[in-house]
Amino acid sequence: MKKYNLLIGGSAGQGMDTLAHNIEKLLQRSGYHLFSNKDYESRVRGGHNFTQIRFGTEVVTSHSNDLDLIIALNTETIEVHKERLLEVGTILCDETILSSEKGVISLPIVKSAREAGDAKTQTIVAFGIFVKLFDLDLDLAKKVIASTLKPEILSMNEKALDLGYSLIDKSFEIEKPESVIRMMINGNQAIGLGALAGGVTFYAAYPMTPSTSIMTYLASKQAESDVVVEQAEDEIAAINMALGASYAGIRAMTGTSGGGFSLMTETLGLSGIAELPLVIVNVQRPGPATGLPTRTEQSDLSFILTASHGEIPRMVLAVRNVEDAFYQTTRALNIADKYQIPVIILNDQYLADANQTIKPFDLSKVTIERNLTTLDADTDEIYNRYQFTENGISPRIIPGKVKGQVVLIDSDEHDQSGHIIEDAETRIKMMQKRMNKLEMLKEILMEPSYFGVEKPEILLVGWGSTEGNLKEAVEELIKNGKQVGALVFGDIYPLPTKLLEQYLGIASTVINVEQNYTGQLAKLIRQETGIKMDKSLLKYDGRQIAPHEIVDFVGREVR
Amino acid sequence: MTNTTINTNQFDSVKNAWCPGCGNHGILAALKQALAELKLEPHEVLVTSGIGQAAKTPQYIRTNGFNGLHGRAVPPALGAQIANKDLKICITSGDGDTFGEGGNHVLHNMRRNIDVAHFVHDNQIYGLTKGQASPTTYPGHVTSVQTEGVINQPLNPIAFAIVTGATFVARTFSGDREHLVPIMKAAIQHKGYAIVDIMQPCVIFNKENTYQWYRENLYHLPEDHDPTNKIAALTRAFEYEEGKGIPMGIFYQVEKPTFIDNIPKLRDGKPLVDLELNPQKAERFLQEFL
Repeated sequence: MKKYNLLIGGSAGQGMDTLAHNIEKLLQRSGYHLFSNKDYESRVRGGHNFTQIRFGTEVVTSHSNDLDLIIALNTETIEVHKERLLEVGTILCDETILSSEKGVISLPIVKSAREAGDAKTQTIVAFGIFVKLFDLDLDLAKKVIASTLKPEILSMNEKALDLGYSLIDKSFEIEKPESVIRMMINGNQAIGLGALAGGVTFYAAYPMTPSTSIMTYLASKQAESDVVVEQAEDEIAAINMALGASYAGIRAMTGTSGGGFSLMTETLGLSGIAELPLVIVNVQRPGPATGLPTRTEQSDLSFILTASHGEIPRMVLAVRNVEDAFYQTTRALNIADKYQIPVIILNDQYLADANQTIKPFDLSKVTIERNLTTLDADTDEIYNRYQFTENGISPRIIPGKVKGQVVLIDSDEHDQSGHIIEDAETRIKMMQKRMNKLEMLKEILMEPSYFGVEKPEILLVGWGSTEGNLKEAVEELIKNGKQVGALVFGDIYPLPTKLLEQYLGIASTVINVEQNYTGQLAKLIRQETGIKMDKSLLKYDGRQIAPHEIVDFVGREVR
Repeated sequence: MTNTTINTNQFDSVKNAWCPGCGNHGILAALKQALAELKLEPHEVLVTSGIGQAAKTPQYIRTNGFNGLHGRAVPPALGAQIANKDLKICITSGDGDTFGEGGNHVLHNMRRNIDVAHFVHDNQIYGLTKGQASPTTYPGHVTSVQTEGVINQPLNPIAFAIVTGATFVARTFSGDREHLVPIMKAAIQHKGYAIVDIMQPCVIFNKENTYQWYRENLYHLPEDHDPTNKIAALTRAFEYEEGKGIPMGIFYQVEKPTFIDNIPKLRDGKPLVDLELNPQKAERFLQEFL
């Protein structure tokens, strides 16, 4: 089935996000599947930004470089993207944009907006044009705009929508979808919603692109939910606030991008030695230092695996799609509580800002397992925070909730009661107590997802947000007659190895596909299993790999 | 002087590892006495600290304790308060921990007016790391690093706190239990950020600011000092650096809404830690994505 690919481009501040939102919302409510991603510059006004929306009647998991339609809010959009327009593609723009490019349809968009009452309604006029082009439901489009606009400007915008609708005729053939209710959500919102469903009542963070939208999402829910959001003075404060809250007995979370995570690393170690549960989200962007602030990369994995001096047990997982982002967040919270460890969730800008239509999350699948304990108030027993137990996990009580009992945690090496020690024997026992958690984690690991033929000759290996791109590439390669499959890791550390070893026994060529320079997953796999990749497809230009880039690479490199 | 009905023993913990003669001994004993006189029990109190000799206090007092990282005593205190507003929170850290490594957090939590009693064990030197200058060391003081004497201006804890938004600002002396205990009690009872600059001799590494030196230079704020008058408080705050002696007492105290007061659901509701968690509570938020 045909998937359409639309690009909306303009400069920051032109209302592109509104247009994209309306189009996405209408497609979703019409029953189409869609996947959209954002490409923006680190500036508030001006520059060149765009959103790509791919949609159709089948599941869409990736962006694509081939465009069917460009809605150009400025001339630059045409110049930058015209090469990607398909032979039969269309470029829609205002009549004031003079362009002799093939496929350009110039329409009186701004003029119509003025006629409606305000030039600012031009994105609504453009929305009306889109509705007509694909023969979508105009009444539903009106409901979509009504859900975001103030009542006093609604009729003006409805007029703009009608005017846009009348400017053009239907020109794209698209199947009518079945009417299925799906949700549309992006990666960061899904993490935020996962936090709410998972019982997080405190989120502390310092604004940093592309992680900020988790904080703004949760902040917008403060009035209607139990969550409290505090903007910290820096990332060191953010993680320490979250850790203090965790100590005091609630589920707390923090989130940042690589630069902020760098600042958090000492406290990550504290979470490990003090055995305080904590979930930290790192929404990656290209580094080092400030790097490319608004773009995407998977280059923090090696760093995250060993972040903090000394040795601590930790779990690292990467979210692969928006559904994963939700369920893995709720799982991470349970794992952190059960093992009393830091759990790091890796996301990246691509998935953070990518909207996807999916089956609504099932809250009945979400559990909240605190693994807390209590003591009788009149017991003679004295509570020891770091009591040695068979598996190394000590019972955890909430400070202040048991009369006569206190909870002492310490960043120094300590004994069972939390008091500082210097002796070698206790040090060894405490190290073994903590590090044994890594062995326990191996029992609950989720194997990577696998797409492809049963017995692949070529095995692609990736992690996190490239799942959707790999999935589509594998489908294409199979169509081309290749015996190919892809393993995509969600749980990364400790590394699940069963499926990997199984497929390595079958495939003759193994290729890691990663958004970084050094092949960080490949390094981890080699470190943990001795397995070496045959080839690497590495991309570090700040742009997510498109399925056809993977297809081309395999075609070129594997004969 | 000591109320015979109070029980300070309940706060006794392991034997401390401080040097004989260290000012910390007096502060620890006074803190136990202050808590006991306020009828607080060990489980009701949380003491947070960073790293340093002063920051070992949570080790040596039997209350809840969070002995975290250097400079980071304050943010966990805020996190714990958000989680459980019923905990009575004290912060015990040195001048380096508070104003050096941790300055940013102190500054912003004073702005937040979080409800804590922050006791700064101010010995005007780095003790744990063996005698380097701290932010409150005075110019000319020769150390193993500042070999020609300190050249930077000292931080003025009192003026800093008043200007930054602390709502209770006091100074006292580790060698004067009769002054120390009531000030500590007042700080613990104060609703909002209470900071107490406790002058404290380091008998090993600070040969300038000794017990005798403090006794000669410290004096009590006059009885007619108005602690609600910010300008009067600031005027007094500068006396130390102006060479007019070191005033002690409550410089400044005002009532202002605390961080918790400013968040209605925390102010009026149950502590977060007592809330029932249920994934279904997220159903309404899920609906918004349909």
